Amino acid sequence: MSKENLNLTLKVWRQKGKKDKGGFETYKLKGVSTHASFLEMMDVLNEQLINENKEPVAFDHDCREGICGMCSMYINGRAHGPQRGTTTCQLHMRHFEDGETITIEPWRAAPFPVIKDLVVDRSAFDKIQQAGGYVSVNTGNAPDGNAIPIPKADADEAFNAAACIGCGACVAACKNASAMLFVSAKVSQFALLPQGQPERKERVTKMVAKMDELGFGNCTNTGACEAECPKGISISNIARMNREFLGAVLAPGN
Amino acid sequence: MKLDAKIPSGPISEKWTKYRSTVRLVSPANKRKLDIIVVGTGLAGASAAASLAELGYKVKAFCFQDSPRRAHSIAAQGGINAAKNYQNDGDSTYRLFYDTVKGGDYRAREANVYRLAEVSANIIDQCVAQGVPFARDYGGLLDNRSFGGTQVSRTFYARGQTGQQLLLGAYSALNRQIEKGQVEMFARHEMVEVVVIDGKARGIIARNLVTGELERHGAHAVVLASGGYGNVFYLSTNAMGSNVTAAWKAHKKGAFFGNPCFTQIHPTCLPQSGEYQSKLTLMSESLRNDGRVWVPKTKADAEAIQKGTKVAADIPEDARDYYLERKYPAFGNLVPRDVASRAAKEVCDEGRGVNPTGLAVFLDFRDAINRLGKDVISARYGNLFEMYEKITGDDPYSTPMKIYPAVHYTMGGLWVDYNLMTTVPGLYAIGEANFSDHGANRLGASALMQGLADGYFVLPYTIGDYLADEIRTAAIDTKHAAFEQAEKDVAERYKLFTSINGKQSPESFHRRLGKIMWEYCGMARNAEGLTKAIAMIQDLRKEFWSDVRVTGEINAFNPELDKAMRVADFIELGELMVRDALTRNESCGGHFREESQTEEGEAMRNDEDFGFVSAWEFTGVDSEPVLHKENLEFEVVKLTQRSYK
Repeated sequence: MSKENLNLTLKVWRQKGKKDKGGFETYKLKGVSTHASFLEMMDVLNEQLINENKEPVAFDHDCREGICGMCSMYINGRAHGPQRGTTTCQLHMRHFEDGETITIEPWRAAPFPVIKDLVVDRSAFDKIQQAGGYVSVNTGNAPDGNAIPIPKADADEAFNAAACIGCGACVAACKNASAMLFVSAKVSQFALLPQGQPERKERVTKMVAKMDELGFGNCTNTGACEAECPKGISISNIARMNREFLGAVLAPGN
Repeated sequence: MKLDAKIPSGPISEKWTKYRSTVRLVSPANKRKLDIIVVGTGLAGASAAASLAELGYKVKAFCFQDSPRRAHSIAAQGGINAAKNYQNDGDSTYRLFYDTVKGGDYRAREANVYRLAEVSANIIDQCVAQGVPFARDYGGLLDNRSFGGTQVSRTFYARGQTGQQLLLGAYSALNRQIEKGQVEMFARHEMVEVVVIDGKARGIIARNLVTGELERHGAHAVVLASGGYGNVFYLSTNAMGSNVTAAWKAHKKGAFFGNPCFTQIHPTCLPQSGEYQSKLTLMSESLRNDGRVWVPKTKADAEAIQKGTKVAADIPEDARDYYLERKYPAFGNLVPRDVASRAAKEVCDEGRGVNPTGLAVFLDFRDAINRLGKDVISARYGNLFEMYEKITGDDPYSTPMKIYPAVHYTMGGLWVDYNLMTTVPGLYAIGEANFSDHGANRLGASALMQGLADGYFVLPYTIGDYLADEIRTAAIDTKHAAFEQAEKDVAERYKLFTSINGKQSPESFHRRLGKIMWEYCGMARNAEGLTKAIAMIQDLRKEFWSDVRVTGEINAFNPELDKAMRVADFIELGELMVRDALTRNESCGGHFREESQTEEGEAMRNDEDFGFVSAWEFTGVDSEPVLHKENLEFEVVKLTQRSYK
């Protein structure tokens, strides 16, 4: 069993705003409990900075239980840090060593400009969803929930894709800043379900066009997105999206 | 002012149908001239914004997160109730209604609850149509499970991430309307004031959290879907950003606050591990379907576990006290949340807790794994077990979980009538932000149901009744003096925060407030403690306004400034909650007054003196609030002392 409390050196990216150049600042932190979460460690750092009358480090966070997708730190060169399948908020300090130097950066991708310190603007993700990530059904005109049986395997597979939390780790981890894993997860969810069929071709065409327009790069099958995804979204969704896309643009009438 | 709940006449099963058929309508040509502001984009807010936009209203939606998809509804794990009776186990609208009124310990309004039960089935249909991937059985049909406080299986779920999937469904509907230009979305915006003109809500002041600018937004109606205020306790299962500010500003502008002391303490959360703790994580109540709750029979065994000289496996079967099964044989581990929480507190108070702080009980899956196999348990709760292991480092497949109650949900909220309108005309409150449907205790899987019921199926009808009178009102002019004044007041408050230059962070005040609330207004309350708490909170407020330190600039991205505003509002709210708890000298639901219990230590309600909703009127920060009472009349349900034995 390692020590219960850690002394750490933190190299944290500080950047006043979008136009500021930014740079690393180094902080020493003593006595961090191994039971604390990574963000609780950041809270302790911020409390220390405030006591020294310095401005605390800005970082995005909300639910702190791994589901809202708001936290977004690049820790020691990895999106959400060293533990696989884990968001930054669920990462606990027992995965670090006493005396370690931890480097903390924001997501780095052109479509995710830095707002401040570790906070980036991910509204590009919303714009892609707005382009077609839905089934067009107004409130009130739905048939009975059991009217269309859906094979369990399809429902489960759709769920696996729908589990994406939209954190952007896939983009941050990709050398091309590609959003293909994110987009393909939503495209797959609907392509697998009967409800998604009427708009199937239009949806993939529009979402891919929006993704390209917003400056996300292309997929070159490195697989970093899947490796860093905290929710284990499979890269096979990208293959499915490519098939869906080809099927859509080659379809008669297009 | 006399409270009028505006409950339609007629038999309970016909009220909503009759209301819908006779409520005033707004023509499509007029709808496009009417603006509606929706604050919050959780299940209630997103579903309302989307549905109102589909009807043709022009909607502006606001959320403080960076995307509407991140609202805290996303974290709901277990499921959503609906009276579909797909399982043929005797469920019906009436039973869901009855269970909810009973589960709420007879402090909810019958008509609202019946309507909720009626529309519950529509919610499932709507979500399925949106492509929400609910769990299905091998025939391809929707699967159900049972939840605390009920004896039927009416809970629909999507693994342990039901809230996420439902919210993403509502978010997709919202996105569709944003794309169409029917909804204008303002993310990273916090509502910091309601603007009232001639007695009607006509807009809001919002802070752009990126630039720090104050913005004026006008509308013919304002809908608050800003969630609950459990974070007043500092440690809760709420998201870090969840706050009462929108609701509190509305309260200070004339909206009465209903039953503020009704707080749900959820029995299955992870125990606190240290002072640095920023939040408590919920483990879905669905775990109680297969997990058995126990502590050692003897204090000696418990102490050995606390010291680490014994582990759970060292305690033989006959030395274990499965106290819920022992005390409540009919419901066993599935008693409602308030009952389960209090029972856990009781055994820990006896010194039989099972972690180093003595504040934890076991939730054991050993028998379920032996009966069903590890694979079945993993399919049911895999993600929860994984989450537990990540946080604690323990493997729940081989050693029991340790859990303890934590603040989870607030049944109280802005008082609303049957139309979901607050006491300020044109100002609505939906979802957890209002007080309406859960009485003194909410049943599991009912929060998602209520949020979506309000947003998809109730508000789109009821808001028309008000807006029918507004069709001649032109677009609201934000140059009006009321907007000017509201913006000035807010700007001054921000200036004050940054000019105090004290020594203590907003966070540290928040933590202290939380300790007072948990100690005196938590799972058990008494007059002496509550009286003491009022004075303590008042002192804390004074100290806050003379010694808070807010770093950074006003006109910039500044989370410290946002936090200061939220904490200042929480401190004021805390005092109101304590006053409400002090006034209500009975035990009901989540509110347990030590003075009001049976000989066996069970909660004792007092319908004669307290069969009402408390609706508090704000009269100034330094003056006492005024209590108004809405008497609850039960025409259908017969009031009994709840028993889960």
